[in-house]
Amino acid sequence: MQVYLPIAEISVNAFLLLGLGGLVGILSGMFGVGGGFLITPLLFFVGIPPAVAVATSVNQIVASSVSAVLAHLKRKTVDLKMGLVLLIGGMIGAGIGVQVFNALREIGQVDLLVTLSYVIFLGLIGALMFVESLGAIRRARGATPKRRERKKHNWVHNLPFKVKFRTSGLYISAIPPLLVGVFVGILSAIMGVGGGFIMVPAMIYLLGMPTKVVIGTSLFQIIFTSGFTTMMHAYTSQTVDIVLAVLLLIGGVIGAQIGAQIGLKLKAEQLRILLALLVLAVCLKLALDLLIQPSELFSIGEA
Amino acid sequence: MRALVAVALWLLALVAPALGEEKVVASLSQNRVQITSDFAGSEILIFGAIKRDRPVTSDENLAVIVTVSGPLRHEVIRRKERRLGIWINVDATPLPRTPSFYVMTSTAPLADILPPELDEEWGISIDRAIAPTAAGTKERAALLRLREQADLYRAREGAIQLVDDTLFRVSVELPANLIEGGYQTRIFLLRDGALIDEQTANINVQKVGLERLLYNMAQQQALLYGALSLFIAIAAGWGASALFRYIRS
Repeated sequence: MQVYLPIAEISVNAFLLLGLGGLVGILSGMFGVGGGFLITPLLFFVGIPPAVAVATSVNQIVASSVSAVLAHLKRKTVDLKMGLVLLIGGMIGAGIGVQVFNALREIGQVDLLVTLSYVIFLGLIGALMFVESLGAIRRARGATPKRRERKKHNWVHNLPFKVKFRTSGLYISAIPPLLVGVFVGILSAIMGVGGGFIMVPAMIYLLGMPTKVVIGTSLFQIIFTSGFTTMMHAYTSQTVDIVLAVLLLIGGVIGAQIGAQIGLKLKAEQLRILLALLVLAVCLKLALDLLIQPSELFSIGEA
Repeated sequence: MRALVAVALWLLALVAPALGEEKVVASLSQNRVQITSDFAGSEILIFGAIKRDRPVTSDENLAVIVTVSGPLRHEVIRRKERRLGIWINVDATPLPRTPSFYVMTSTAPLADILPPELDEEWGISIDRAIAPTAAGTKERAALLRLREQADLYRAREGAIQLVDDTLFRVSVELPANLIEGGYQTRIFLLRDGALIDEQTANINVQKVGLERLLYNMAQQQALLYGALSLFIAIAAGWGASALFRYIRS
């Protein structure tokens, strides 16, 4: 069944979009990532113009995150206070990001910026998570189940404005979470992602939050940052395609519920190693696109 | 349909005032294309007759060319080059006033019926109609290549059927990825390489219903549109969560 998208101005298969949404929804519920890092490149593939793909996928992320975060709220695995600090940063970042995105769109370097950002961040974080998760699994199999890492003090603990985050069991400065929020907000606007794949590792390794709380909290923050980014894109460049978004989110919200159930049945280390592999696979694909000579050197851009 | 068209043409030919020269009388099967949510392309039938005040002789040597041209846009062609090991866009060449869509159909190969001077004057062949000032550049060649691959530029020599040197018809397919605007149809009548008559007609391509509503809202009430997108997203997310809770309990 073909559907004409009013903003993207192309006609695409509705079931294809529903399927894409569903796949990304499952990942969203499982890992606490919005899934934007998969859906944006997939939308490019379907032929959606990059600007529309980025703006619409942030809107879709809002839907799947709301669906998933409700499941987490019921289980009390959301640190609302931490989420609030992160989202204040996120809004600031999203504002900056949308401006950068629009400026680069005008000089035709948006694709490069988006792809490069993906390769760098996905590569770094995927590798880091993979190595760490392997180590965790090896330790779990070993005789001595030590939990020393989380108690270790680093520079994060020496900053001012200390706040007590009860749900996470942390007493740390508000500055690092705020900066993480700003950074994630910028990425959200530029890459059309929720930023969970940056935030989840940052929360675990930088802030030292417990894994079970991390996913719910990251989803909570993602709802607001992506919501804000959607508004910014809709307002500054009119690139949010509501029909495309609806199709993606019908698949997405159902997928997110299924994903949250699967996530409950897996161990934290297993979850992390799966996410790491997924992140590395997307990174590799995008890196090859940059390195291998394209068959067509020319492209038609927007004036 | 075909019989109806034939009758219409015959009537047209009858009522036409007798002049000393040949004229083209043409019509389109539709002059409005509506883009609805299930729009998957459209087909336009362009038909007409050559009216004259004398009987048809056996050596008429007539030719008909029909072109359909989409709204003009300012395009930018970007070229990739290897810099520091990766392939990036290095330069952008603007091609102003470029048709987003162009189809040229004719009764015979253009080389046989259309002298280069006429082609230059009227911009009929793809080569002459699309950014002629940039002819010979790699960028324009790329534009033509990409658009031809996307089926947005087409040359269909010999696609027009000319019956008894009087009636002609051709159908032009409009693809699903149409952009809105006026699509200009031109009909040329030639004999022995000379232009005898020329006609134009417009096809109006427009989004209708929900498509129109959403598009206008996105442009004119961007904030409201953004809020609506968010509302739908949140409602869908919450709805799915509630539904799954209900199913499980």
